[in-house]
Amino acid sequence: MSDHPAGTLRTLAIARSARRRLADASLLGAGAIGASIALMATSAWLISRAAQHPAEASLTLAIVGVQFFGLSRGFLRYGERLVGHDAALRVLADLRVRVYERLEAIAPAGLPLFRRGDLMARVVNDVDSLQDVVLRVVEPFAVATIVGIATVGAMWWILPQAGLVLLFALGLSATAVPWLTGRLATREEAKQSTVRGELAAEVVDLLAGAPELVVMGGTGAQLGRIAEADGRLRALARRGAGTAGIGLALTTALTGLASWGALTVGVRATHGGSLNGALLAVLALVPLAAVELVSPLPAATQALQRSRVAAGRVFAAMDAPAVVSDPRRPVALGEGPHTVAVHSVWASYPGAGRSALRGVDLTLRPGHRVALVGPSGAGKSTLADVLVRFLPADAGEITLDGVPYERLAADDVRRIVGLVEQRPHLFDTTLAENLRIGRRSAGDDELALVLERVGLGSGLGGLPDGLATEVGPMGARLSGGQRQRVAVARALLADFPILVLDEPAEHLEPAAADALTTDLIAVTEGRAALLITHRLSSLDRVDEIVVLERGAVVERGTHAALLKAGGRFAAMWWEERMGDRPAHPALTPPAAPTPPASAPPEATPTINEGGETR
Amino acid sequence: MDGEPRLTTRRSPSTAAGSTGRSGGPFDPRLLHYARATRAYLLLSIAVGGAAAFAVIAQAWLIATIVSGAFIDHRGVASLRAPVIALLAIVAGRALLAWAAERAAFRASASAKSDLRRAAAERAAALGPAALDRRDTGQVAVLLTSGIDALDGYFSRYLPQVLLAVIVPLAVIGVVAGADWVSAVLIAVSVPLIPIFMALVGTTTRDRTAKRMRALQKLAGHFLDVVTGLPTLKVFGRAKAQARSIADVTDRYRSATMATLRLTFLSSLVLELLATVSVALVAVAVGLRLLGGSLGFHHAFFVLVLAPEAYLPLRALGTHFHASADGMKAAEEIFELIEAPDVGTGGGRRRAAGTGILIRDLEFTYPGRRIPALHEAELTVQPGETVALTGPSGCGKSTLLSVVLGLRRPDAGIVRLGEVDLADADLDDWRDHLAWVPQRPHLFARTVAENVRLGRSDASDARIAAALDAAGLTEVVRRLPHGVETQLGEGGVGLSAGECQRLALARAFVRNAPLLLLDEPTASLDNETEADVLAAIRALLSGRTALIVAHRPALAALADRVVELPPAPVPVGDVGVANT
Repeated sequence: MSDHPAGTLRTLAIARSARRRLADASLLGAGAIGASIALMATSAWLISRAAQHPAEASLTLAIVGVQFFGLSRGFLRYGERLVGHDAALRVLADLRVRVYERLEAIAPAGLPLFRRGDLMARVVNDVDSLQDVVLRVVEPFAVATIVGIATVGAMWWILPQAGLVLLFALGLSATAVPWLTGRLATREEAKQSTVRGELAAEVVDLLAGAPELVVMGGTGAQLGRIAEADGRLRALARRGAGTAGIGLALTTALTGLASWGALTVGVRATHGGSLNGALLAVLALVPLAAVELVSPLPAATQALQRSRVAAGRVFAAMDAPAVVSDPRRPVALGEGPHTVAVHSVWASYPGAGRSALRGVDLTLRPGHRVALVGPSGAGKSTLADVLVRFLPADAGEITLDGVPYERLAADDVRRIVGLVEQRPHLFDTTLAENLRIGRRSAGDDELALVLERVGLGSGLGGLPDGLATEVGPMGARLSGGQRQRVAVARALLADFPILVLDEPAEHLEPAAADALTTDLIAVTEGRAALLITHRLSSLDRVDEIVVLERGAVVERGTHAALLKAGGRFAAMWWEERMGDRPAHPALTPPAAPTPPASAPPEATPTINEGGETR
Repeated sequence: MDGEPRLTTRRSPSTAAGSTGRSGGPFDPRLLHYARATRAYLLLSIAVGGAAAFAVIAQAWLIATIVSGAFIDHRGVASLRAPVIALLAIVAGRALLAWAAERAAFRASASAKSDLRRAAAERAAALGPAALDRRDTGQVAVLLTSGIDALDGYFSRYLPQVLLAVIVPLAVIGVVAGADWVSAVLIAVSVPLIPIFMALVGTTTRDRTAKRMRALQKLAGHFLDVVTGLPTLKVFGRAKAQARSIADVTDRYRSATMATLRLTFLSSLVLELLATVSVALVAVAVGLRLLGGSLGFHHAFFVLVLAPEAYLPLRALGTHFHASADGMKAAEEIFELIEAPDVGTGGGRRRAAGTGILIRDLEFTYPGRRIPALHEAELTVQPGETVALTGPSGCGKSTLLSVVLGLRRPDAGIVRLGEVDLADADLDDWRDHLAWVPQRPHLFARTVAENVRLGRSDASDARIAAALDAAGLTEVVRRLPHGVETQLGEGGVGLSAGECQRLALARAFVRNAPLLLLDEPTASLDNETEADVLAAIRALLSGRTALIVAHRPALAALADRVVELPPAPVPVGDVGVANT
């Protein structure tokens, strides 16, 4: 992910979809601030005229004006805020749909984000924060421009020199001051960022390394390191504190100067007789009231900077190229039974230097269940992604019923080849709704039946509302084992002819993992399935076991044959037994338990090599 | 902009409900207690508030004098030189005051943040690892570094505004009373009305707002839910159809939010209306009495210039409401850490002697769990003996080690090192007898050499090199960009899991303690490296007492004796397991 801020124009263009409402909100906002400036101007005029003791009737208009502006400001402001927020939320709706449609084309292999929930959440957060562009960037600047021009014009009409003075002050406050404060803030931040990083690292060490520090007696020294880094940050921040107030000081000085300047030129003009003395008070008060116009602009400039950074991340995600594209005229698939064949496939994730799969062969045919085992990082999940066409093959070929994947629509492939992901997502809705993602039309009895099959039948008693139970965000109200079982049930409802199960037991306790693996082998009976697993305990019931290491198949065969061969699988199997079961003499490993892993994969005896490929 | 609520999923609009959402006041006295810098700053802020009030009044007086002089008395700039120059000085003074106040705020904030940070770090260290494992260390680290920055806004915007909102109106009313008591009464009546009416509006809309907020929460999370679930939706061929539902849900979110905002914005409508209508009333009243001749122009104009200033701090306070809420939230999270109750690990004053371990009837249950991690655990390790501890995953092997290490206090049972009971032992002295290689050692953000030196702080460079060599790391270190001076950990170079474990072994070598506790030191090694590390461990074991948690047969083979820890009871909470 790049952290480059997006261009200003592209960022501002986000607000375009609600430009009518944005214009309305800006006009209302201009009206509100205009009203408070006009309130001061008419009041000043009213008092000045009253001092000349005219007939009371000649003041009526000014009195009405004062009351009107006094009342209207609040209502205009209320209207502005409502219309502005409405515009921002409409922009949000439009942006969310645009981002979603783009991400839909890329997900999941085109973006590493999809494997990192926290990064994904950050992009979503960024999208949501971009409504600031409407409320905090475009609107304040639009309001300042409209009212600024009107006020300077009015001042000019009263006395051109006074108009010039105000133009000068407002112009600087609206451009140079926000720019300068932005620059200073960025510089200050850059100075502190190194120390902040060091401090964060020391704090992480104190917390994450706490056990080691306590045991080895290093806690005091670590606190000393934190105090040292903190002291440097404190000193830097205190030294830099002077830059923070510069923006406010300049705005205060500029509007004060404008008032002073307008007053001085006004006094001269009044004395010279070129200005009606009753307007002098107006000249003095309008610049003071105009502070409100420019004071939000430094914050608006900072909001623009923040929005550009957020937009940069969002655009980077949106601009990522799709890794899989559909052919112009996809081949239509026939009725089943279906067979997927993988021929010498190499594959890699975009941006990753090396290939995660290096010449893998595999066939999934009706009724044939294959287990895929191997250490983490061996490429097991990559093979799953390739099989459901999330990721294309760099070399080699994958065919469905003999048709190469490239000639099929990806959605068609996924109608045949289903996947239960390593961390399947449950949506924040009811259990029933989550299951019906598998099949919309499924009735409650079918849902109950499928839950029974995955071992959740009687367990439903533990869920307060049965099928209507709300599973919570990310399924948080279910246990890890329950979540995985719901995901499997969902896939069974979809009734994929070929099912890939990617380590469904990965994040479970060993006992729960074995229970789930056993159940999975039972429910996939009679269907083509690839079971990716790191638990080996019940693999004696699958038709073939494939051992993957560093992206290549190093062993394949039946459970019995692999154990007998005493190779990699046998070693892993014994190790699991050693770890889990009481050390019983009968389970002591054979004489040479250490597998010859140091030998290159080619030299490892493989059983049934290539026997499954045609 | 007046207190714009944020309508994002990050921060629900609940904070927009103004003062209605919060129970606490604008100031938490704990801030004075934990952050001493706050005291001086509060005093300073009162002085600044007084100076600001003086400047505002002086400015109004001078403007009135100049306008009155030119308009009523027909004087020119030359004869008004004194007030004109004084006004310029006041303008400069106000700018300077603004700068100084902001600078003082950020300096106070920097000190207060530092005070809180150190107090929190010290408290976290004192609480120890057992209390920390219920917290997300990443989140705490963020809180102590950037999260705490929310206090900047609190110090620079909110706190001074609270004082200004008291000082300035009082001063203005006092001065206006001298010029025109009718206006003074008008202002004195309307200013307190503002908080009263805002609170009234707040309480009457609170229940309806709160109900809508809860409905909003779920809608707000929908987009994240769908985007995170995109791969799943694609598997089931439902991804494309979701674009429509995102538009629908966001639309519903918008109408629900707008309905809420129509209520929550009412309180600021009240504020705006009262403030501007009062100024208008003052202007009209003053104007009419001026017309009647009961008031002079100078005083009338002075009152008019000053009147808006009485309401300005209150309006600004509304604007900075979020600065307060965010700052106090960060502060409260830190107070919560600082005030967390002790999780004792026990310990007395007896000094340990001997290295044999005796464990009887040990019981330990993690807080919040029903199933004990250790139940009637028993173990004996004779001095000089190497014992391998095996048993199924989750049977409590690592927990047992952490009890022996004094990291967790057992619920019951005996742990004895030599003749000394853990409950009576001086823990620092107890741990001096131990070296420990955890399952997942932590890499500190220091150099390789410093990482090893954690084992013994006074170890010479030669001993560090020897320890690295014994752990089989010489070749690895040689390949690092700066050798033993290479920076590791956060912001530095990472090591593979196997290299980390060997680094921890090097720490154990350099520590040179009589009792070794090893927690699966070869778990994530490939077979080739395992052979190297096993050789290193064998060297380490000689002449020492050792307890090794071991899965792999080759590691267990190093032991004189293998002890099996019985499996933990099967958790009944997981339906999947209960069902099989």
